[in-house]
Amino acid sequence: MRLVLQRRMTARFRGWPAPDRGGRPGPASPGPGAGKRTVFGRAPRLPLSRTRRREQRAAYLFLSPWLLGLLAFWIVPIVASLLLSFTDWTLIFKPHWVGLGNYRAMASDHDFWNSIRVTVKYILLSVPLYMVVGLLLSLLLNLKLRGMNVFRTFLFIPSVLSGVAVAILWVSLLNPDVGPVNQALRAIGIAHPPRWLADPAWAVPSVVLMGLWGVGGGAIIYLAGLQNIGAQLYEAASLDGAGPWQRFRFVTFPMLTPTLLFVLLTSLIGAFQVFDTAYVLAGSQGADGTSLNFYLLNMWTEAFTNQRFGYASALAWVMIILAAVVILAIFRTASRWVYYEYDPEKE
Amino acid sequence: MKSADEITTADTRQEAGVTPAAPARLRSKRTRLTAKWRPRSVIFRTAMYILLLIISGFILLPAGWMLTAALKPDLAPVFTIPTQWFPAHYWQWQNFGRVLFGSLSFLRYTVNTIIIVVGNILGILISCSLVAFAFARLRFRGSKTLFYLVVVTMLIPWQALMVPQFIMFFKLGWYGTYLPLIVPSFGGNAFFIFLIRQYMRTIPRELDDAARVDGLNAWQIFWRIILPLSTPVLTVCAVFTFIWSWNDLLGPIIYLDNQQTFTLSVALANLVTRAGTPWNLLMAANLLSMIPCILVFFFVQKKLIGGIASVGLKG
Repeated sequence: MRLVLQRRMTARFRGWPAPDRGGRPGPASPGPGAGKRTVFGRAPRLPLSRTRRREQRAAYLFLSPWLLGLLAFWIVPIVASLLLSFTDWTLIFKPHWVGLGNYRAMASDHDFWNSIRVTVKYILLSVPLYMVVGLLLSLLLNLKLRGMNVFRTFLFIPSVLSGVAVAILWVSLLNPDVGPVNQALRAIGIAHPPRWLADPAWAVPSVVLMGLWGVGGGAIIYLAGLQNIGAQLYEAASLDGAGPWQRFRFVTFPMLTPTLLFVLLTSLIGAFQVFDTAYVLAGSQGADGTSLNFYLLNMWTEAFTNQRFGYASALAWVMIILAAVVILAIFRTASRWVYYEYDPEKE
Repeated sequence: MKSADEITTADTRQEAGVTPAAPARLRSKRTRLTAKWRPRSVIFRTAMYILLLIISGFILLPAGWMLTAALKPDLAPVFTIPTQWFPAHYWQWQNFGRVLFGSLSFLRYTVNTIIIVVGNILGILISCSLVAFAFARLRFRGSKTLFYLVVVTMLIPWQALMVPQFIMFFKLGWYGTYLPLIVPSFGGNAFFIFLIRQYMRTIPRELDDAARVDGLNAWQIFWRIILPLSTPVLTVCAVFTFIWSWNDLLGPIIYLDNQQTFTLSVALANLVTRAGTPWNLLMAANLLSMIPCILVFFFVQKKLIGGIASVGLKG
């Protein structure tokens, strides 16, 4: 303890961070009641030495692009969008204050409720499916078989392609009358295959199935998680007589829960951002106007087609609030099912 | 801010794929050698190969069908019974030339897209490496709070702010130019700042200390020591930026109003929503727009997978 403190003191004297601390608050941060906590989590704030001041000035210079970006592209727009959401504005006339009018208008807006329905339907179908398929696929890709790298490459390619290109490909494949998919289905004896995008009931499931083509991207994330699981855990489990299923259930799965949490979060937030696919499919032949009106597409239409910038800002705020609620709810439950391995390096 | 803490841990954990420090590499190698389960039974292995082949077919068949359609002459039907999954009869390679140089003028859209992509890569590399260096290596008041802000902006979808951003750029007179599509990347991107910072933290601190003893200032340490050592993670960031901005539709569709300035994504989306585009040319154009991403992917595959593991591709 004394040694650590001494090193700290010398480090501070020299004006540079202690070599072992990685610029983060040290573990020796005082307990409750140990005086005012500073940003560095220790000791009352002292006037900085000249070197430290110089370092601090340099740091803010290095940060300046991001600080400017934060101000111009985040803070100002967030405030502006909150204010805008209480106005009625078409860009041509002066904005005019309507109070909560935009939010009240949502209650009776069919397009809004429809976009919520479409997005929720998409989440309910896609998130569990992609998570399970991605996980199974990663288990398959984690097997030690010859030529596995080739398979990994193939499976991964669709996830680097653009939403537009993939949508264009699948809108032709899923053509209800002459498309290859339905021809294949007829060939194996299904006389009346689904009409996919042309059928409002099948439109969202079609998008979910299309997304399955790019599920390899998610599998790579699980694969990285799988490869970080220590072999000693499997050895210990085998010594205790665990079979393959038990090894998965009691070693692989718990150790993978942080990855699952990450994927769950990103895919839920991602569902509010579905745009490219919806834009292409809603505009192309086949789909009717409403069955693929995802949340973001509806917001985009209100803003840039209908020029209702105030109303679109209100929609944006509903989106932020919904996303925040979802994220907080998941973090609330995370401690119950996410398992974090004790890592001495982090202490 | 417990939540932000948890995110940080979750991500650092996945990040081992791009860690440069020797101990981490050794550790992951050791686990990789033994953690993989080597199936012994021949039946099981054959079954797995069959499964893998079926899945690869699911990936490859649509791509093969697209190539077949793109290589057909104008009068040959694209939808045939039975379906032709791979090109066999027609080899009209000139279709690609027609898409690029003909009335569809995809060459122009490609050039436009390249301008935006290059601008974005420059912006992201310059801004994110500077900011990440400050977070990873320098001490300053408010560092923790500011880093939480990075994590928070990572969770807010930027699309929620597209309306006020549009109004801002419109008032600046930037509507219809590439500036709104390029300039924001010079303000940094939370994902990349996070990724580069995590990487820079693993570079041994003794290097900095030695440099300081030699009298180098913060900028010189960044430019001569940390930046050259960070090229792997910078490559990952450049490739991600390439793929994301090459594929972006929402940004260009909001800010570009003139056909001459359209990007590939916008042109393609217009092509498919406009009735009467011949299928063979549509598929050729579609295939052309995919090729750069596939090529980039092949060249940097290994690094990319490590990077994707750490941030998630569609994050």
